[in-house]
Amino acid sequence: MSIVVVKDSDFEEKVLRNTSPVLVDFWASWCNPCKMAEPILEALSEEYKDKLIIVKLDVDQNPNQTQKYDVMSIPTTILFKEGGEVGRQIGFAGRKAYEDLLKKDLE
Amino acid sequence: MVLFDKMTKRLKDPIRAGGEGIKTWDVAIIGSGPAGLTAAIYATRGAASTIVLAGEAWGGQLMLTTIVDNYPALPGISGPELMQKMRDHALKFGAELVAENLTAVDFSKLPFKLTTNKQKLTSKSVIIATGAQTLWLGVPGEDKLRGRGVSSCAPCDAPFFKGKKVAVIGGGDSAMEEALVLTKYANSVTVIHRRSEFRASAIMQKKVFEEKKIKVVWDSIVEEFLGEDKLQRIRIRNIKEGESKEIEFDGVFITIGYTPSTEIFEGQVELDEKGYIVRNSKLRSEISKLGEYRMSTTVPGVFVAGDVHDYHYRQAITAAGFGCMAAMDALRYLEGP
Repeated sequence: MSIVVVKDSDFEEKVLRNTSPVLVDFWASWCNPCKMAEPILEALSEEYKDKLIIVKLDVDQNPNQTQKYDVMSIPTTILFKEGGEVGRQIGFAGRKAYEDLLKKDLE
Repeated sequence: MVLFDKMTKRLKDPIRAGGEGIKTWDVAIIGSGPAGLTAAIYATRGAASTIVLAGEAWGGQLMLTTIVDNYPALPGISGPELMQKMRDHALKFGAELVAENLTAVDFSKLPFKLTTNKQKLTSKSVIIATGAQTLWLGVPGEDKLRGRGVSSCAPCDAPFFKGKKVAVIGGGDSAMEEALVLTKYANSVTVIHRRSEFRASAIMQKKVFEEKKIKVVWDSIVEEFLGEDKLQRIRIRNIKEGESKEIEFDGVFITIGYTPSTEIFEGQVELDEKGYIVRNSKLRSEISKLGEYRMSTTVPGVFVAGDVHDYHYRQAITAAGFGCMAAMDALRYLEGP
């Protein structure tokens, strides 16, 4: 299953108003660490499919949400629950860092 | 042909019979920058079974750069593209590359034991090419604001500072390069340096001094990064006048140097006072056999290449050269006396 793309225009609907927790991957095509993170996030999206949804947002094309959440380094992944931020991982620090973020905030 | 026979013999070795059902490699390379990947090319071409523990973030420091203009025959290539080519080259000759992080090593007996986040493996020889990573300042506010205005990678984060005011801390070539990359996005770039002159190369200094967007604050050190959810101000102190002041910045890029990635090897091979891996030169008289191997660590069979032992040259091409030397040493070591 590939990761769903979200935009500035549907961020509210797909992330903030989602009944399930959503992990948003802020990324860009020129960002190499983002490319390394992608297969890991795809695998996690499959493994955690009963618990949450993983989506990605291109920071170049969606400046509003990028600025709103003060994303100044990518990859940044933010976990949202009931419309609010509950956790954030800045930079690519490997699979374990993502798992820790999800475990800590979903349990 | 003697060499051929030796290689054939090695290939017929039960290379995957390391006991307890664990395979034993001829060469295990730790790291996947220019040193590690060049070592992999030479080791596989020498018919050694070779695994590269590339790490989850493979490719090393060049993955965080833009244009590399000093790699022979490839002027203007991007750092990530250069690493992709090196990786493809290593794979072409049969190296196995795994995106796993090393978690423990045991060099106390043969075969050497290596543990990653996914598997345990054993190897007859090891090449350490784990490189170096950004040195942070360690001042208040730095950890908290990392990724929120405090960065160490302009090519990664510069686009977030379009039209903003940014600072670069440092005075070497890397600092000059970061400042120049930032001028493409930021309105103003201030280089803050603790001395009254840069140690960067003449050509890089010239580019910086000619760039109108860049100004320099000399003789000053950072005392604290200030801001709540993101960086807002930096408090710097002029060390000649002893005065501190707070200046507003949207972003700051720290390029004061590097620290070798050797934590995991503490107690396994000798490190110097800064943590760099020591080559065997000291032991040359004591262990004459080791003396033949220029790239040997203090443990026979464990070799080293690249920035993890070299704080002097630190270039992609020298790292690649050291990788070649380490692999040739390892091949010779495997052939035995």
